[in-house]
Amino acid sequence: MKYLLLIYGNEAAMQSATKSDVEQMHAAYGAYSEALQKAGVIVGGERLRPSASGTTVRVADGKTKVLDGPYAETKEQLGGFYMIEVPDLDAALSWAARCPGASHGVMEVRPVWPM
Amino acid sequence: MPREQDARTTAEAVARRSYGKLVAFLAARTGDVAAAEDALSEAFAAALTDWPAREIPASPEAWLMAVARRRMIDAARRRRSGQDAAGHLRLMAEELEAVDASRSDISDDRLALMFACAHPSIDPGIRAPLILQTILGFDAATIASAFLMSPATMGQRLVRAKNKIRQAGIPFRVPERADLRERLDSVLEAIYAAFAEGWSDPAGTEFKRRNLAEEGIWLGRLVTSLLPDEPEALGLLALMLHAEARRGARRNARGEYVPLADQDPALWNAELIEEAEALLYRASTMGVIGRFQLEAAVQSAHVVRRRTGASDWVAIERLYDALAAITGSPVVAINRAIASQTSAAR
Repeated sequence: MKYLLLIYGNEAAMQSATKSDVEQMHAAYGAYSEALQKAGVIVGGERLRPSASGTTVRVADGKTKVLDGPYAETKEQLGGFYMIEVPDLDAALSWAARCPGASHGVMEVRPVWPM
Repeated sequence: MPREQDARTTAEAVARRSYGKLVAFLAARTGDVAAAEDALSEAFAAALTDWPAREIPASPEAWLMAVARRRMIDAARRRRSGQDAAGHLRLMAEELEAVDASRSDISDDRLALMFACAHPSIDPGIRAPLILQTILGFDAATIASAFLMSPATMGQRLVRAKNKIRQAGIPFRVPERADLRERLDSVLEAIYAAFAEGWSDPAGTEFKRRNLAEEGIWLGRLVTSLLPDEPEALGLLALMLHAEARRGARRNARGEYVPLADQDPALWNAELIEEAEALLYRASTMGVIGRFQLEAAVQSAHVVRRRTGASDWVAIERLYDALAAITGSPVVAINRAIASQTSAAR
């Protein structure tokens, strides 16, 4: 099954992180991505720019409405994602727990709706 | 018609003995609990018309499995041509077809099903009802009345939970060693919740609820038979048996509640107490302490009164200390304070 691992974290805290903290974080994500690759479970994944760079779009009555900012203002923001393919939820959860994001913020694990 | 009566009696006997096993077997191979239940109830309905007309099959369990399996494959095929077309439906049909229908030894996947029902991603409040329905075949209305919920709400929550198991890909598997204890705790808690609902009936007269306490013990026995070396499973069974042993002493002739300290030990069920004590002893030799063993040990320290004339209050106080350290529960703290006062007063 395919699962999307959504990485939520506190952007404000991230922005005030020291240089060595950031380097450590990069190294941790590098190692994690490599582990996913070695296990052959990774389908894709990206880091996202901060939520302030987001824009929402919705069409109502045929008119496109564009608004500044992310969809929802929350304490923790979506900062990146991985898509993995594993046999079941337990496998997905154990990969989510190994993600550096799980120790700094929270991970959401969502099964992909097969089409 | 006697033949019809025979068929019905046999079907009911198989249902009692094998319902959970058949659901577990089908659900574990398809990931779809609701479809397994539907197929099985169709198979039971077919049995009631087929068996009187011909004869009761040599292995009713294998007959029901064969029919249910067929129904599930057909249903999967129908859905596959519909909008919910997915590769896993084909896989599921193949998996079911690979099962040798003539085989009478149906593997016991009930434990795997219980672990799926009590998975951490399932709402804790619905885990006990889910186990009661899938393993024991209770209908939503019966469960709802025991859990003081409207049948419609209970039905909806059960459906949602089964959807979650299927859609989230919750595995039907006994967890690996590293996760086993933690996951087993949620299974045991769900069983205890079912058992406790059987005790929440204040008058002790409602048959349905009393039945639930017995079913809780039945589930506890099932888990200990499938996982004989798990001390907390033994502890939970011991705890439930201790409580059950004193059922007859909890009410006086006028139906009023009798506190433990005032109960007549002669009214306790000695056989159940002996069994509980033996289980607890076996658990204690395994060297891993836990909440249920401690709670059972508290019960044990209370019932020594039947031999010595007094509860072991010093032990009870210490056990509550250990329980408080594990659970951090304020109820435990209150019980400990009561124990300590009683022990000082004696």
